[in-house]
Amino acid sequence: MVKVVDMGEYIIEMLNITKIFPGIVANDNITLKLKKGEIHALLGENGAGKSTLMSILFGLYQPDSGEIRKNGKVVQINNPNDANDLGIGMVHQHFKLVDIFTVLENIILGVEPNRMGFIQKEEARKKVVELSEKYGLKVDPDAYVEDITVGMQQRVEILKMLYRDNEILIFDEPTAVLTPQEIRELLQIMKGFAKEGKSILFISHKLNEIMEVADRCTVLRKGKCIGTVNVKDTTKEELSRMMVGRDISFKVDKKERKPGDVVLSVKNLNVVSKTHGKNLVKDVSFDVRAGEIVCLAGIDGNGQREIVNAITGLEKPTSGTIILCGHDITKASIRERSIRGISHIPEDRHKHGLVLDYKLEENLVLQRYWQREFQNRGFIKFDSVRKYAEKLIDKFDIRSGQGPITITRSMSGGNQQKAIIAREIDKDHELLIAVQPTRGLDVGAIEYIHKQLISRRDAGKAVLLVSLELDEVMDISDRILVIYEGEIVGELDPKTTTVEELGLYMSGAKRDNVKEINDGREE
Amino acid sequence: MEGKNNIYNDNKFNIRNMMNKGILSSFFSALVAVFLGLIIGFFVMLIALPANALIGFRHIIVGGLNRIGDVFYYATPILMTGLSVGFANKMGLFNIGASGQYTMGMYFALYVAFMWDLPDSIHWIVACLAGFVGGMIWGAIPGIFKAFLNVNEVITSIMFNYIGMYLVDMLIQGNSAMYVSDKTRTQYIPAEVQMPSLGIPNSNVNLGIILAILIGILLYIVLQKTIFGYELKATGFNRFASEYAGMKGKRNIILTMAIAGGLSGLGGAFGILAPSGIAGSSMTYEPINIIAPAGFNGIAVALLGNSHPIGIIFSAIFISYIQRGGTLASLAGYKPEIIDIVIAVIIYFSAFANIMNTAILGFIVRHFGKGRKSGNTLANDDIKEAE
Repeated sequence: MVKVVDMGEYIIEMLNITKIFPGIVANDNITLKLKKGEIHALLGENGAGKSTLMSILFGLYQPDSGEIRKNGKVVQINNPNDANDLGIGMVHQHFKLVDIFTVLENIILGVEPNRMGFIQKEEARKKVVELSEKYGLKVDPDAYVEDITVGMQQRVEILKMLYRDNEILIFDEPTAVLTPQEIRELLQIMKGFAKEGKSILFISHKLNEIMEVADRCTVLRKGKCIGTVNVKDTTKEELSRMMVGRDISFKVDKKERKPGDVVLSVKNLNVVSKTHGKNLVKDVSFDVRAGEIVCLAGIDGNGQREIVNAITGLEKPTSGTIILCGHDITKASIRERSIRGISHIPEDRHKHGLVLDYKLEENLVLQRYWQREFQNRGFIKFDSVRKYAEKLIDKFDIRSGQGPITITRSMSGGNQQKAIIAREIDKDHELLIAVQPTRGLDVGAIEYIHKQLISRRDAGKAVLLVSLELDEVMDISDRILVIYEGEIVGELDPKTTTVEELGLYMSGAKRDNVKEINDGREE
Repeated sequence: MEGKNNIYNDNKFNIRNMMNKGILSSFFSALVAVFLGLIIGFFVMLIALPANALIGFRHIIVGGLNRIGDVFYYATPILMTGLSVGFANKMGLFNIGASGQYTMGMYFALYVAFMWDLPDSIHWIVACLAGFVGGMIWGAIPGIFKAFLNVNEVITSIMFNYIGMYLVDMLIQGNSAMYVSDKTRTQYIPAEVQMPSLGIPNSNVNLGIILAILIGILLYIVLQKTIFGYELKATGFNRFASEYAGMKGKRNIILTMAIAGGLSGLGGAFGILAPSGIAGSSMTYEPINIIAPAGFNGIAVALLGNSHPIGIIFSAIFISYIQRGGTLASLAGYKPEIIDIVIAVIIYFSAFANIMNTAILGFIVRHFGKGRKSGNTLANDDIKEAE
């Protein structure tokens, strides 16, 4: 690989940047230097100050002290337009697209080529098509953004930067929303950009990805810069130590355990979509036993959500039965299922898991506020709630600004997730359903959550895990059920299978007749 | 973020901490809204009739003091409709149908007052309860549509304003026992069925305001201390989370709309059963095809009171106060509509009160705070986004 320019030149230098929010120093004297043509990773836990630093570079915040230089010259970036003029573009973690516009309209938004006020769409289309072909960013310029996949939306965001001829590209946790295949593609595209001479800042806390694509890596911890290292001279372990400040074990410690009685039994479950009449779940049957972690693995959108919703009661299945500890709960209310022993760590913690405007203590009793312990003749016993919240905060190490009375919205993602886990685990349960419990969390929090799931299994509870992360699936489950297009296409043992084999099942390239396997076992 | 522990440990008096408690901030923003509304109102008066602007403005500001009894008299109905709108709003429902519910409440109360023969001691009480029931029915129907058919409550309850008003006009005109056709209104309600007056000379203040304030306090307790209030607010903040937690969303929607309707209906009963020396303001109903303004004033009251029951008590009294001052401004040659403009401006500002609150308190913290260079009061949101 021939680098187009000499690597000694820094295209962007952020020198001694300090940014203080009331009550917190988000960036404390951070220096970051980006070379031309490199992929520079920015690594740190949630709340380490990565996004703040990038927001400063993109003109969303002003630093309290420090300066930014481009090609050695001091520049003032007051807003994203200034950043754009300097050739800085950013793909945000949450995409900034207009849903009801087409891909093309989104790309040219704000820089529409026009002649006397009339948009010249053909001109724009030519440029977009050229760019998309050149970099292998497949998009349909005339599709509406609301109709395309998340992966394609991200490509639109990338094309937006390219269309504006940006040469410094910031990617804010770009892989969090992608499937394994899409991640691989994206990393290839990023490498292509670097080869072209574009400079990339890659915010992430996924060490594998950093090891794969980045040239250098700057690590932040609690707003401070811990150091910048050459990726090829370091290891995953060293990076994680720099990020968390202690050793992290990547291998999950798990003892052998014999599964007990069947806790959850799903039989011939079918879910037909209300919007387009397609069968989202086709005749799915499986059991989860006490003391085992069963993982429902698959690419996002293959029916996992519908199965979980049918079990938890959020959505009615079209047909089939669901039996929990011997009781048919197919038609039971959500509350009844909860009382019978289902705990549910939902996929979207902001949408389902928490009332963000409630205090932490109020969220911690969200599944139990109606119980004797917390109410007396319809009045909430706030003393008991406070005591209980303090107990959980202590036991599960939930960190927040003001303890039980912190407004949940102001807490970090990892601690919000901890609050949900504390609530669901501490409640009486026989079955714990955890849907992507580690999504968007950093290494330390992931390690913690995995330990909690395993502790549930060891306590003799049944655990149903839905995950898109192959490593997670392989590490902590006792049994893997692979789901593809609403059907269970394989049952695998993580001890004897490989990630590659799992991937084949997930992509539909390989399948067993699981129904036969199940029927055979019953007889 | 770990650093936020600093705030936890910092017990010193500090505007920020008080703001975080939310009480000061909504009170403060209401005050700012009032202040700006008055200033702009003054400019409107200055343009309309420059010579008398100061005198007229003085009437608006202090005029209500001379008629404090009437301030409370007129505050009663809008306090009830304000509580109604605010209560539904806590669950994320916009009860724009307070007028219709108010009208139904008036009709039910009138019907009991004229048509039922009851002992004097309980007649007005039963009439009030009937008003509550009338409003409740009129509130519950949009609630049922919302819960079972997912029809937007704004549309149904607006339509129910008209349906209720025309229905009541029709029923009253068709009832010869109540309606006096040559006066185009009902008879006056007999004195035995009127609400007990508080007996303050030269004023029309009656028991209604005391009951309304007590109901406001009761609602505060329901919202803050009970399971129902917990569920209601949770649903208002995040419908999906409330469903996830197994709350009975449909039941709660219907119940909330029924209670909200009942509150407006009770307002109608309080309004029409009040003894009054001000002609036409009470004791009789004129079927003249006009939607009761009390409902819309209730929306204004709820907005200014930030949907908080206690806040609504104060905002209802305040709006009534400034309205009384406004009628006095006519002594200085102003049209009473001037005061409607001032109130509209106040509401307008309170609608984006949070923005102003941030801007102004941010300014105070920045310049008079502890010398911190950056005093962005949106800190929590910023940090959330920064993550």
